[in-house]
Amino acid sequence: MTGEVRAEWPLYEVFVRGKRGLNHVHVGSLHAPDDAMALRHARDVYTRRNEGVSIWVVRSDAITASSPDEKDPLFAPSGDKVYRHPTFYSIPANVPHM
Amino acid sequence: MTSAVDEAGLESHFEATIAHKDRIEPRDWMPEKYRRTLVRQIAQHAHSEIIGMQPEGNWISRAPSLRRKAILLAKVQDEAGHGLYLYSATETLGVTRTELTERLISGAQKYSSIFNYPTLSYADVGTIGWLVDGAAICNQVPLCRTSFGPYGRAMIRICKEESFHQRQGYELLMTMMRGTDEQRAMVQESVDRFWWPSLMMFGPPDDASPNTAQSMAWGIKTHTNDELRQRFVDMTVPQAEALGVTLPDPDLAWNERRQAHDFGEIDWDEFWRVVGGDGPCNAQRVAHRSKAWDDGAWVREAASAFARKQEAA
Repeated sequence: MTGEVRAEWPLYEVFVRGKRGLNHVHVGSLHAPDDAMALRHARDVYTRRNEGVSIWVVRSDAITASSPDEKDPLFAPSGDKVYRHPTFYSIPANVPHM
Repeated sequence: MTSAVDEAGLESHFEATIAHKDRIEPRDWMPEKYRRTLVRQIAQHAHSEIIGMQPEGNWISRAPSLRRKAILLAKVQDEAGHGLYLYSATETLGVTRTELTERLISGAQKYSSIFNYPTLSYADVGTIGWLVDGAAICNQVPLCRTSFGPYGRAMIRICKEESFHQRQGYELLMTMMRGTDEQRAMVQESVDRFWWPSLMMFGPPDDASPNTAQSMAWGIKTHTNDELRQRFVDMTVPQAEALGVTLPDPDLAWNERRQAHDFGEIDWDEFWRVVGGDGPCNAQRVAHRSKAWDDGAWVREAASAFARKQEAA
């Protein structure tokens, strides 16, 4: 039984929508025994001052992540495609609303 | 197994990230000593928040009005929240929450020595908000730009909330200073007890702080202990004047040449004694935390059992 007590509750990542019209943004993580408790804990830990109108919690082990390192080859394909940015195109200054 | 060549490449990438004042994130490669330094510092910080609930929690049931009780409850709840943000940041470095709690209880990891002093009067609730949280803010604002991403993000959240802590404390003391002679004496007596321990919160002097140079090179710390202590003294003197209390230091005086306040020698023997475990409340604080951990075991167990049952259904 001791073994079970000592086993940690799973880790959850918490995302909060600050107000209507905004994305949910990652704010941190917490431990909880299940999804419902994770939501309750998230409310107490991350929204004590009206920081949000909606909360998502998701178990950390359910997230598939790239490496955050900017040198990761995963992001290389976008590194050399400057034509994806509006500033790549020069438009004469006398053309309005562009 | 990482080869020596790979490791050199990883290390130079790490150093370049630090040099750019860019942040290190949990899955990045980092030197083992950087990781250990962060675990020690963030865990100590987290433990301080958790132990820090006790001195003020002492007064919740005896707060003089419902308004003061609600404020104090909110503040102590914030300290719990701050501890949780910081434990989460520590866990991204590969330590578990259980290990952290065990290291606090065994004494392997420390917490701020300030929480080993008792809260003898209700004025201490105000003094802790004003001086102790004021000193904490001084320490923490620069940490918002620390090089380890999760630590910096936790500090940003904490700093937003600490401002309420300091202001409620100062307002509490102002209210008492407008009261009777007895209440004014309580405030002064409380400030007399907390002033020097508050200065000790910034840690040992720079020439006795072996970790500072490396921590600054890694961007974990951006100011030395003595720099922050000086900043705190300079900020606090005019606040004490406005409040009408005397800071208990005969050597405290404005130095025109330095454009800063001179102040007296801190009793470093007392500091090391309290850090070493021999302060007025060290044993009591850890025993209380240990009891709360043991007493809560059945709740953690019941919640886990319920979750397993739901999953099976």
